[in-house]
Amino acid sequence: MNGLSLAFFGISALATLLGALFVVISTNPIRSAMALLLAIGGVTCLFIGLDAHFLAAIELIVYAGAVVILFIFVIMLIGPDATPPHDSKALFSRTLAAVVFGVFALVTGFFMMRASGGLHQLPPFRHDFGTIDMFGRELFTRGLVPFELTTALFVVAVVGALAVARGRHKSDATGSSAKEPSP
Amino acid sequence: MIPVEYYLVVAGVMFGIGGIGFLSRRNLLVQLMCIELLLNSVNVTLVAFNRMRPDDHNGQMFAFFVIAVAAAEAAVGLAIGLAIYRLSRSVRSDEADLLKN
Repeated sequence: MNGLSLAFFGISALATLLGALFVVISTNPIRSAMALLLAIGGVTCLFIGLDAHFLAAIELIVYAGAVVILFIFVIMLIGPDATPPHDSKALFSRTLAAVVFGVFALVTGFFMMRASGGLHQLPPFRHDFGTIDMFGRELFTRGLVPFELTTALFVVAVVGALAVARGRHKSDATGSSAKEPSP
Repeated sequence: MIPVEYYLVVAGVMFGIGGIGFLSRRNLLVQLMCIELLLNSVNVTLVAFNRMRPDDHNGQMFAFFVIAVAAAEAAVGLAIGLAIYRLSRSVRSDEADLLKN
């Protein structure tokens, strides 16, 4: 049992980290989106390993079903311009930023590992932990107000995304935006 | 059972990869994907700590709202990316310099 769960954890962690790595290093955005899909699948398996079954389902539905598809739609809409030719403009500052961030992350991780004082085993599994029943019960009692406010967030996000992505009409187009195709 | 530190290490390495990618890439779409990676690593941390204290589902509830906000963020971010592309025919984030000077 222990070996099996360790193997499951190892495979999901490997998928997550490989996906994250290929999101960053691949030059084609479509490949980045596919690698993001792999990372999402790995995170879903990590959630299953942590007995958060409802969140695993939500993660798969929202990310793999909506967000990655939205990315692929936009990449397809932009077409070949989504892969701009490689040049080394501002290469030094970008490399410096990445190196500083990496060193900071490594130092922080080192100190946190030193301060944690050994490994902490997870407590034994409770059969009603992470199920839709228990999670929904808490979500609709203590988390009801933020849950309802999420709908307002989504309405604002959809209206904002429509307003930004639609552009201007020809009647109120001025200056450089006049060449934009009106819907 | 698997120690909680393993999950935290995976989440931390994922956060590091996402942060480095966000800082070093200039493609707007890849930068948005890196933001998704950052949010996902935080979600793994929240769920792992919730598994350490299984009395309630506070961490999972927080991760749920993070997922909701991330979905809204992706929609608005991609819309802004499309608007920038239509304006400058480029998806490079450093060419969006309308406020410069």
